[in-house]
Amino acid sequence: MTQTTTTGPDIQAGRLAPADYAQRFADAGDPFTAQQAVLEAERCLYCYDAPCATACPTSIDVPSFIHRISQGNVRGAAQAILSANPLGGMCARVCPTEELCEAVCVRNTQQGVPVAIGKLQRHAVDAVMHLPQSTLFQRAPATGKKVAVVGAGPAGLACAHGLALKGHDVTVFDAHAKPGGLNEYGLATYKTADNFAQREIAWLLGIGGITIQSGWKLDSAAQLDTLRADFDAVFLGIGLGAVNQPALPGSTLTGIRDAVDFIAELRQCSDLSTLPVGRRVVVIGGGMTAVDASVQSRLLGASEVHMVYRRGPEAMGASEDEQTWAKTNGVVIEHWLAPVAFEGEQGAVRAVRFERQQLVDGRLQGTGVFETRAADTVLQAVGQKLATAPWLQGLQLEAGRIAVDAQGRTSLSGVWAGGDCVGGGRDLTVEAVEDGKQAALAIHNTLSSSNA
Amino acid sequence: MADLSIDFAGIKSPNPFWLASAPPTDKAVNVLRAFEAGWGGVVWKTLGEDPPVVNVHGPRYSALLSPDRKVLGFNNIELISDRPLATNLREIREVKRAFPDRAMVVSLMVPCQESSWKAILPQVEDTGADGIELNFGCPHGMSERGMGAAVGQVPEYIQMVTEWCKHYSKLPVIVKLTPNITDVRYPARAAKAGGADAVSLINTINSIMGVDPRSLAMVPSTAGKGSHGGYCGPAVRPIALNMVAEIARDAETAGIPISGIGGIGTWRDALDFLALGAGSVQVCTAAMVYGFKIVQDMASGLSNYMDDMGIASVAEITGRAVPTVSDWRFLNLNHISKAVIDTDKCIECGRCHVVCEDTSHQAITATKDGKRHFEVKEEDCVGCNLCVSVCPVDDCITLRDLAPGEIDLRTGKPVSAEPLNWTAHPNNPMRVAA
Repeated sequence: MTQTTTTGPDIQAGRLAPADYAQRFADAGDPFTAQQAVLEAERCLYCYDAPCATACPTSIDVPSFIHRISQGNVRGAAQAILSANPLGGMCARVCPTEELCEAVCVRNTQQGVPVAIGKLQRHAVDAVMHLPQSTLFQRAPATGKKVAVVGAGPAGLACAHGLALKGHDVTVFDAHAKPGGLNEYGLATYKTADNFAQREIAWLLGIGGITIQSGWKLDSAAQLDTLRADFDAVFLGIGLGAVNQPALPGSTLTGIRDAVDFIAELRQCSDLSTLPVGRRVVVIGGGMTAVDASVQSRLLGASEVHMVYRRGPEAMGASEDEQTWAKTNGVVIEHWLAPVAFEGEQGAVRAVRFERQQLVDGRLQGTGVFETRAADTVLQAVGQKLATAPWLQGLQLEAGRIAVDAQGRTSLSGVWAGGDCVGGGRDLTVEAVEDGKQAALAIHNTLSSSNA
Repeated sequence: MADLSIDFAGIKSPNPFWLASAPPTDKAVNVLRAFEAGWGGVVWKTLGEDPPVVNVHGPRYSALLSPDRKVLGFNNIELISDRPLATNLREIREVKRAFPDRAMVVSLMVPCQESSWKAILPQVEDTGADGIELNFGCPHGMSERGMGAAVGQVPEYIQMVTEWCKHYSKLPVIVKLTPNITDVRYPARAAKAGGADAVSLINTINSIMGVDPRSLAMVPSTAGKGSHGGYCGPAVRPIALNMVAEIARDAETAGIPISGIGGIGTWRDALDFLALGAGSVQVCTAAMVYGFKIVQDMASGLSNYMDDMGIASVAEITGRAVPTVSDWRFLNLNHISKAVIDTDKCIECGRCHVVCEDTSHQAITATKDGKRHFEVKEEDCVGCNLCVSVCPVDDCITLRDLAPGEIDLRTGKPVSAEPLNWTAHPNNPMRVAA
């Protein structure tokens, strides 16, 4: 008798018919046709000192790129976007536009619906991803300067592109097998369908002068010293390598894992029908990662997914659109519940025990009321943090992240940093790109003046 | 319900909406459909002498489109009717018999010789048609052969042919004028001098639609070559309205019935023409864009408007706005208007600011107390109406007329109660003593 219980955790692969996987994980972006794009572009009023451009962390000249779409100059539109944001294609897919550019579109006031800036941006950038980069940008003559970029995520790639444009040679070091950072490993599959992260990187590298060295991890101060010695400047775009893991009773039970690992595994999985998922999934957290994990659990065939957040809806890191997207996909979002323990049987998690929370004088407090949600799988998405490493001791930190000045300069001379590994902002892709772009300009200025 | 019927130069019609002489009125099958839809009259597509003309069998039309492909302007190179004269005459007779209450006007274009007109006029009269329209306006193809606009551009020819028509026919004669001239009053005066019962205008304007960006060849083209066409549709309406008003307020032609043509597609468009002097209106492009049913919306709109305004007949509208059309020199230069932005309606796009700043009088703010805010600086505003014109929100920016005695912040002087126009203005060296 091998089957001792009929109530073991229900974790299975292949919950769907084979054909359903491709359909469920297909592009969720619903891209515009050429005529739809022109019609939508026509709604743009070409505002003076446009609020949308101001709201964009990378200051894309939104009215200009939209005007160019309506004039049949899609390549010009892409130039306007990519000159401000070389990862404009990915940002068009993952930016919370409804909280940035589209939130301040004046058409909201007039018509209650903003111009679909994000979709128009995607339209323009997608149209040029197959073109040689020389049709959009000309690289400056070689300067003979070499810059090391650590981390091939959005910040590092943006920095590398900005430096390459100025004629510097860049080597990008990355610990993973593939470049892209969170673009490759940290986003829901349907957001970056058809291998877009890698296609975008291939386009980006077309500028020339950028070498990617994968499988190289920055572990020691000696490595950093070597980089500083061998290169004229160093940019750190290392992201956040560790996850928050509240130490709760039962956290060693099987069936509990980090949402980022689940998302990365899913992104790299070539046959989603082999990927197991619990019948009942509890996702702990309120950010974009929690949404990506929740929705993808549903898409894999989980019948019940609860995304549980300890605070109210307004405090969630996930944008309103993301929350709607989760609900549309059958995710139950619950608020004011903080996990206090994982409950299991025979070493496997079977439920999560929560304490209901309330705000008292602005502080979150338990109410003493406890509730339990059954779970075959628990995914934790309660935030990431800078991985502690001995080599970091040489750098000044601030609130657990690398401290930088306005130009991205760290406390170590010749070393800049940007993206999630530095503080401030909301850890958005678009903010990381801006960090990388600004650091590239600062590095270029420094290298140029040292020439004199 | 208002009475939409008209008596235009003796031609009776149940409503003022006629289809202009053009492709929609080339055949009985089309005109029957038009009358079934409710058109008050048609001007049958221009008849010429046999053998009939030959049209190109390639693109005859092309359009200036908005981004959502609404037709803003329309261009054509179609010639007059390319069917035998006898066929057209037979069909005109049949259609008039089927719809005796509708206006049946026949457009004509034959060579500029008396014998040609003398020959065709009795044949037309014999169909039972209500009137004729002399096509002195067609700007393409026919004008190369000394007809159409080639006649309309020479007032003496207009007068001569009109006189022939009045001599050889009892039917009311409408002279259709070309806009491809410098001053429309001269051909209109010639028509009147020739005894014309009415004029109709405008015919189409010489036009080239553009160039294919890849081949850098003119478009549209027939086997690689294009020829200028005649331009019509909404884009030409302001040009047509000016010409109608010019004739309506010219001392020599005032009072002559005018059939207004040019970009009419709605009751509002029709109202503009009527108020500026037209007694009937003719439509082509809008019907070619949407089909004949639009006449029902036009009739409904005009009827409801007349009811709202307490206007009993179309004739009461005709020419009502003409006294408000003036030479520039008679405009009151002491009048002062200032733009006002309704901040409750303002969506803060800033277009008014940037156009005023870049191209006009720097009279609109962009910020107030460090915040985005658009407000008129009366001390700089000249009341030019640019901001009103570019604002994307209805009634958000309006012009306010300053009352006499109120201080104009731009000049620091009170607004005069006395009107002053250029003829008496001190800056005018040719001024007449007040």
